[in-house]
Amino acid sequence: MALLEVNALDAFYGDFQALFGVSLKVEEGQIVSVIGANGAGKSTLLQSIAGLIKSAPDMIAFDGAPIGAMRAPQLVRQGIALIPEGRRLFSSLSVGENLLVGGQVGRPGPWTLDRVFDLFPNLKHRKDQRSTSLSGGEQQMVAFGRALMTNPRLLLCDELSLGLAPIVVKEIFARLPEIVREGVTVVIVEQDIVQALSASSHVYCLQEGRVTLGGPPAQLSREAIKAAYFGV
Amino acid sequence: MEWVNIIFQGVLLGGLYALFAAGLSLIFGVMRLVNIAHGDLIVAFAYMAYFVMAALHIGPFTSLAVIVPAAALIGYGLQRGLLNWTLGEELPPLLVTIGLSVIIQNLLLVFFTFDTHRLHAGDIEIASVQFLPDLSVGVLPLIQFAVAVAIIAGLQIVFYRTALGRAFRATSDDPVVAQLMGLETRHIFAMAMALSLAVVAVAGVFIAIRTDFNPFYGPQLLIFGFEAIIIGGLGSLWGTLAGGILLGIAQALGGQFNVGWPFLAGHVVFLAVLIVRPQGLFPKVAL
Repeated sequence: MALLEVNALDAFYGDFQALFGVSLKVEEGQIVSVIGANGAGKSTLLQSIAGLIKSAPDMIAFDGAPIGAMRAPQLVRQGIALIPEGRRLFSSLSVGENLLVGGQVGRPGPWTLDRVFDLFPNLKHRKDQRSTSLSGGEQQMVAFGRALMTNPRLLLCDELSLGLAPIVVKEIFARLPEIVREGVTVVIVEQDIVQALSASSHVYCLQEGRVTLGGPPAQLSREAIKAAYFGV
Repeated sequence: MEWVNIIFQGVLLGGLYALFAAGLSLIFGVMRLVNIAHGDLIVAFAYMAYFVMAALHIGPFTSLAVIVPAAALIGYGLQRGLLNWTLGEELPPLLVTIGLSVIIQNLLLVFFTFDTHRLHAGDIEIASVQFLPDLSVGVLPLIQFAVAVAIIAGLQIVFYRTALGRAFRATSDDPVVAQLMGLETRHIFAMAMALSLAVVAVAGVFIAIRTDFNPFYGPQLLIFGFEAIIIGGLGSLWGTLAGGILLGIAQALGGQFNVGWPFLAGHVVFLAVLIVRPQGLFPKVAL
């Protein structure tokens, strides 16, 4: 049984429909990437899974249970965490406090403050600094660590690479295998296709709210991806 | 020495104003809600204390053991049952609390008439301590001031040293991401209101020992609370204490010049601070 199953998901912002019958599966221990142009519905998809946008219960199943109608705080307790686009750290909290907020939900698991500092050693010295005083890359690490502190089974990453230097992006992506080894399943949404394809074992392409392509990156030709991405 | 005495009285009164303001500022800080019914809740808790004291034959200080938990429960219920539904935009919570203010005032009027009341604390009301040959200070105001400072220090600790305080600040920064961290914002907001009204209950009982109150006394207390916050600077609890004290001193000095001037003097100081230093004395948040 897949850890996450999305079945014919429709999602709306008010009257505007952003997703049309999106279906996908994520097996436990995989890194799955979702690629697509701006406005393809990638973030909407993650927000629906994380419970920020409500869906019909059966449209999303986590570990076999229907979760489409559950709200975000409940889903965090079930083990779904989302790193939001643009990092969105708590600006009046220190780096350490940002991480501790993630741990406040009290889910048992391997991720503790020390474990996060092992993963991102830079952050250790900056523990007492305001989160806004950090560089973009370090802020992304805090956002990453904060989500890990909830000890998720499924980690959703929305545009990790946004606004970051390529070398920083590489550094963050290099941590993914270690996170998977700890039993976390990862879904990444990316506009940086190269990064997404190399990191993941399965890729889905979204275009205007519909899945236009899916499969292991090795089996997809550049032309097929291009066609699915741009619709040409 | 007369002036020292007056300033001292002002400082002690200011501690009470800071207490009104702390509850108000806590709510605004956590959920950007301006609670117009704040002053009326202070008065409502004073009435509650009046009847608890009469029914249980206890003094005002002992009545706090009943009033404070009751206020916290009312706060939690009020937030979950009503105010949470109004959050999101600026206007709806403001309108609802204005409505609440009118309702509370008129309910108090219906049940308790326009008669003024006062909570009687017994002998302690006239006890005083002689600090210097010419400077004696009432024990009651001293106790109230000490409790006010202790409560503000306690709030400071809750806000900056506890998991609940961290949740308050995180929710205030970004309620959506707070939910992504598993924080139930509806519960967090309700906890903030519970804490605010618990503080307000203490303030209500204290002010009602010092002055007569009637059902329409609330809005005046609300204004003192607002003024203390603005003078002290938004978001800083110690600033609020300083603001309350400055307001108290201004009122005491004003009253010394003319019995009709204390409130006017307070408002003038408030306006002067707004003109000279609109961000307040010790601002912490940028708006």
